[in-house]
Amino acid sequence: MAHALLILGMAGVTFLTRYLLIALLGRWSLPRALSRWLSYVPTAAFTVIVVRGTFAPQGEVTLDPCNPYLWGALAAGLVAWRSKNVILTIAAGLGGLWVARVVLG
Amino acid sequence: METMANSANTQLTGGGACEFRRGVRAALPLWLGITPYGLAFGLLGPAAGLSGQATLAMSLLVFAGSAQLIALGLVGAGASPLLVVLTVLVVNLRHLLYAASLAPRLGKLPQRWKLAISFLLTDETYAVVIDRLERAGNGALRYFYLGAGLAIYVDWAASTAVGLAIGGLVPDPTVLGLDFALPATFIGLLAPQLRTRGAWVTLAVAALATLVLAGLPGRLDVFAAIIVAATAGWGVDTWLTRS
Repeated sequence: MAHALLILGMAGVTFLTRYLLIALLGRWSLPRALSRWLSYVPTAAFTVIVVRGTFAPQGEVTLDPCNPYLWGALAAGLVAWRSKNVILTIAAGLGGLWVARVVLG
Repeated sequence: METMANSANTQLTGGGACEFRRGVRAALPLWLGITPYGLAFGLLGPAAGLSGQATLAMSLLVFAGSAQLIALGLVGAGASPLLVVLTVLVVNLRHLLYAASLAPRLGKLPQRWKLAISFLLTDETYAVVIDRLERAGNGALRYFYLGAGLAIYVDWAASTAVGLAIGGLVPDPTVLGLDFALPATFIGLLAPQLRTRGAWVTLAVAALATLVLAGLPGRLDVFAAIIVAATAGWGVDTWLTRS
């Protein structure tokens, strides 16, 4: 299996983050500044994935306004903002992408 | 025996088997939220270049929804395995927060319990168990935890497998635009997070850094953008609360 090392590495570090403090049973707690910093990591990571998927769907960054993925992202963003519903957001993103592909050729 | 040790909680908590079932029941509503991600992960794994086996193995062994989806995005973008593992580590560091808050409440645990409880620790397990703690206290909490954690694990694995099966019926995911389902999912996950100015700063800096740094070798741009953006957002909120 080509990705065996990748999966084992991911499983290893993930388990470590879970086990470390359970093993220590509360004898050590995270510094407050670090725990506050960590709460911004998901927002940052999600944004990176969105921006890459939108502006570099084929790997190269493009700022072309005729990029249909850009319009899919705008539709998804609008629906996410109004509804806070993930399923509706995915539907809007794919719908926006399809419409943009037809309209922009 | 140990399950009934805390007599103050005997009216609110039952024996081990009973608490296990309570945990399973408490986790069932969360299937609604978890299943779409499992389906998406199973569907998108092969689109990012993972085999069906590797996709399922990742759900069975890693069991971390957002980290797995982020890993797919990175693998699809050609990141090196080391960078994917590093990013997964940073994304999952929040488990430290959960473990730090739960560990003192679980009492003295034998090693095999510690291993099981650690493996099953997710955002969802934490949410269900903390809710239980606030209602009923610590009695037999480990059995409740085990029930909730396993219910979530089974759903995650099963929905990944179903997603894989559905994906097998679609020949080329990019034709249907399914490669955009993953970014769209994250747009949906971002919306509720944007509650502070710092969160907006994180979003803006992450977007800008991704575009400016694009092309660094081994997808180092992704890792750098996450660190810089999280630090910027944290800095702004810290500064705003001080002044």
